[in-house]
Amino acid sequence: MTKVHLDHAHLLHLLKAMIRIRHFEAKCVELYQAQKILGFLHLYDGEEAVSVGVMEALTPQDAVIATYREHGQALARGVDPKCLMAEMMGKLNGCCRGRGGSMHFFDRKRRFYGGNAIVGGGLPLALGVALADKMQGRLAVTACFFGEGAVDEGEFHETLNLAELWRLPILFVCENNLYSMGMAFERAEADTNLTHKASSYRVAGETVDGMDVVAVESAARNAVDRIRREGEPYFLECRTYRFRAHSMFDAQLYRSKEEVEAWRKKGPIVRFQGWLEANKLIKPDEVAAIEQEIDAEITEAVAFAETGGLEPVSELERFVTMAEIPS
Amino acid sequence: MNAPQPVSVSTRMTYREACKQALREALLADPKVFLMGEDIGRYGGCYAVTKGLLEEFGEERIRDTPLSESAFVGAGVGAAMAGMRPIVEIMTVNFSLLALDQIVNNAVTIPHMSGGQFAIPLVIRMATGGGRRVAAQHSRSLEGWYAHIPGLRVLTPATIEDARFMLIGALTDPNPVIIFEHVMLYNMEGDLAPDVTGVDIDRAKVRRAGKDVSLITYGGSLFKTLAAADALAGEGIDAEVVDLRVLRPLDTKTILDSVAKTRRCVIVDEGWRSGSISAEIGMRIAEEAFFELDAPLRRVCAREVPIPYAAHLEDASLPHPAAIAAAARELVRPS
Repeated sequence: MTKVHLDHAHLLHLLKAMIRIRHFEAKCVELYQAQKILGFLHLYDGEEAVSVGVMEALTPQDAVIATYREHGQALARGVDPKCLMAEMMGKLNGCCRGRGGSMHFFDRKRRFYGGNAIVGGGLPLALGVALADKMQGRLAVTACFFGEGAVDEGEFHETLNLAELWRLPILFVCENNLYSMGMAFERAEADTNLTHKASSYRVAGETVDGMDVVAVESAARNAVDRIRREGEPYFLECRTYRFRAHSMFDAQLYRSKEEVEAWRKKGPIVRFQGWLEANKLIKPDEVAAIEQEIDAEITEAVAFAETGGLEPVSELERFVTMAEIPS
Repeated sequence: MNAPQPVSVSTRMTYREACKQALREALLADPKVFLMGEDIGRYGGCYAVTKGLLEEFGEERIRDTPLSESAFVGAGVGAAMAGMRPIVEIMTVNFSLLALDQIVNNAVTIPHMSGGQFAIPLVIRMATGGGRRVAAQHSRSLEGWYAHIPGLRVLTPATIEDARFMLIGALTDPNPVIIFEHVMLYNMEGDLAPDVTGVDIDRAKVRRAGKDVSLITYGGSLFKTLAAADALAGEGIDAEVVDLRVLRPLDTKTILDSVAKTRRCVIVDEGWRSGSISAEIGMRIAEEAFFELDAPLRRVCAREVPIPYAAHLEDASLPHPAAIAAAARELVRPS
């Protein structure tokens, strides 16, 4: 077992990473209402512990593939919030020069292989990235994030089978937030035991409380150690909950306000922060300092985005085809 | 087998053999090249193109896959993003529909969507076309669909030389390339000219020069069209045959040059006519060479039916030399 070293600095780091995501997205909502961010905006509100916990287990050599709800993964992976905010606002100084937007963050330097907006579409890519690493002798793990809705896509089943068959070092992270848009988990699955599905492809796995950042980190560290040791994929189901609408247009007819409130009380930040405070592991002024620091970071990100230029329309067709392979 | 050498005398080989030699050359030239697909290894390829490659290059580089088109095509996309040069074989274009998500939503969007951070140097080969009496689900010609998609290069080798060398060109392209091999061409024999070491993957080619009418075609229809041109020659009609070779990006210049010379044009396409590559070619001529034309544009395409099994019905569904010649004759000598 890999122990999570819960020293003071690490505890602060985990809390800060989650608060960064939460506050970043709160600012995104404001900017969306001000019509500075357009299109879809899928908030990660409530699910922060999953990406923060999992990223702790990865090294810079590892690879990450995410979904359209990937603000949390990108921030936790260390992608510059300035470039992310600028991308949100469709600016040239955004991580994808404004071509991707909220659902398609990419960062080659951090081996962040994209937000993918087709449910299940990122899973086969993970096979390829992991295969390429393996064939080139790189001992990297590919962490592939997807929601429980992806489990219903054929690509999930094809991918898990191939990952085990070819013994690829992939950490499959299923963020089970209990709703694929409005479709409730138990209304969509004949068998709600997801590790059972994984094990049918001989992919070992476990379910972890995705609202508990320490539990996620611990499980992810064990999983990544095991992947590196055994050279086989692993499936980690993180039970979590989305506090807000699927995107910004959603009357949420499919669930009750009481249900959402009950989950909010179990939220990853309120819970972790409460635990830290109750056990006197953190001082109130430390929380305030973190929040202040994060808010300054976000203010800077917004300023960076606001002052960013626009890609000239003359460059519209650039990168439709590439002149060379970037290195 | 020995390493491929430039030949000093013409070599007779089948289209299948030319495809195989191309793959072998690619595998020998670059350790990052590997093959993935259904039955490409132990079975030797459903059209026997990859026969012998497993024995020579091993399971790591000649990877038999389960019947999971979306997963192994997506794996090709991911591997291309992470530094490899995968060549994926999909048995036929019909099965590529099971991998459309990975081709259309991932392979061609990621370079642009990532602001140029990632290229997808992926080659996908697939068989296409009808004529083998295998009914609707194995006989489609959907090259035109793929030619609709920005970001793809679509190649349709029709000659031994193109089958032998287009792959090498495709592997120098940092973008996704689909190579369509027509099922009726695999057994075709031809001579590979000496000292040819490559072909371009940008331009159409005039396969038969003529002055009276342009017959524009590609892939499996090339030889039917050449046969029609021969028949027309017997009647004193001098047809020019343009082999498109590349359906995307389309070489408009060669098309327009030919039409400017002959002033008449028949487009021959095994795809259906509605919303097709033949429609695209016709429209480009209408946009850019309307006043060069002495006669209306004509098309000979597949009949708009799922290609049927029975021989007489399948034959009636596909373009054939007599229909091509009739269309050309009508333009040159209107009745």
